[in-house]
Amino acid sequence: MEDLSLHILDIAENSVSAGASVIQIKITEDIKENVLLVEISDNGEGMDENAVKAVTDPFFTTKAERGRRVGLGIPLLAQAAREADGDISIVSEKGRGTTIKARFQHDHIDRKPVGDIAMTLTILISANPEIDFVFEYKRNDQFYEVDTREIREELEDVPINDPAVIKFIKDSISKWLSDTKSIMLE
Amino acid sequence: MAKLTLDDLKKIKEKQKATFALREGGNRAKITVHMGTCGIAAGARDIMAALMDEIARAKVEDVITTTSGCAGLCAREPMVTVEILNAPPVKYGDLTDEKIRDIFREHILGGKPVEKYALVIGSETTY
Repeated sequence: MEDLSLHILDIAENSVSAGASVIQIKITEDIKENVLLVEISDNGEGMDENAVKAVTDPFFTTKAERGRRVGLGIPLLAQAAREADGDISIVSEKGRGTTIKARFQHDHIDRKPVGDIAMTLTILISANPEIDFVFEYKRNDQFYEVDTREIREELEDVPINDPAVIKFIKDSISKWLSDTKSIMLE
Repeated sequence: MAKLTLDDLKKIKEKQKATFALREGGNRAKITVHMGTCGIAAGARDIMAALMDEIARAKVEDVITTTSGCAGLCAREPMVTVEILNAPPVKYGDLTDEKIRDIFREHILGGKPVEKYALVIGSETTY
């Protein structure tokens, strides 16, 4: 994976497979604390204790019953975090959902760039119009949020994955990111 | 405190509502982008982005895109499955931006599978 937005897409796809109806994606960039946090939480089927222990093992997958033997998504994210002097944590409860957090040292030379997060989010929304997404991005004291439940309410019977709506969401995120870019360089 | 401005959204709603009313509801084609870890690492997100771009450009309302997990042929990723109503599904592999745009024009719009990029024709549908 080239950047964190691809890892986020990959982990969020697990949430989709877990039958989540709401998926929350949070990114926090705190320059003073020199930390970048990524958090993906869902209300999907969750995992029991053994599964949580096993998911960081590259040879474990929840899809064993379908004949597949490896699941590399979480191990790859864990590796990316470790390379930037960070770590990951997984909290999950059967029937309640899963939260995965990854922490990175912000200025670490091996910390992967965030990448095209607007693309990741809009692809998730357009491929899964039945799922609600809450996206939060914090850069120091600046805060951005998209909640598809609010957008849906406003759209009434226009589908959330209509190309015009998707473009609107994408442009809005990109604009905020470019507006706040300068505070990341201080 | 950037938020999506609701005024912008209202404008989109009014504009899209007019066209939406004309749609008959049924989808003619479904494109599944295989978006497992292997697919994403091989560039599946760019394939999906190219498809969304083509759909928006062609202004087609009866083509849907979705994602699925690993199809078990990781070495041939990025892969997509194209299902056209009343036609056997076609799986394409080793895709690039250029190839998927060809497939969109020739297969999804034109109805003719692009055999040189196809891995499998037939087998399962998800309809």
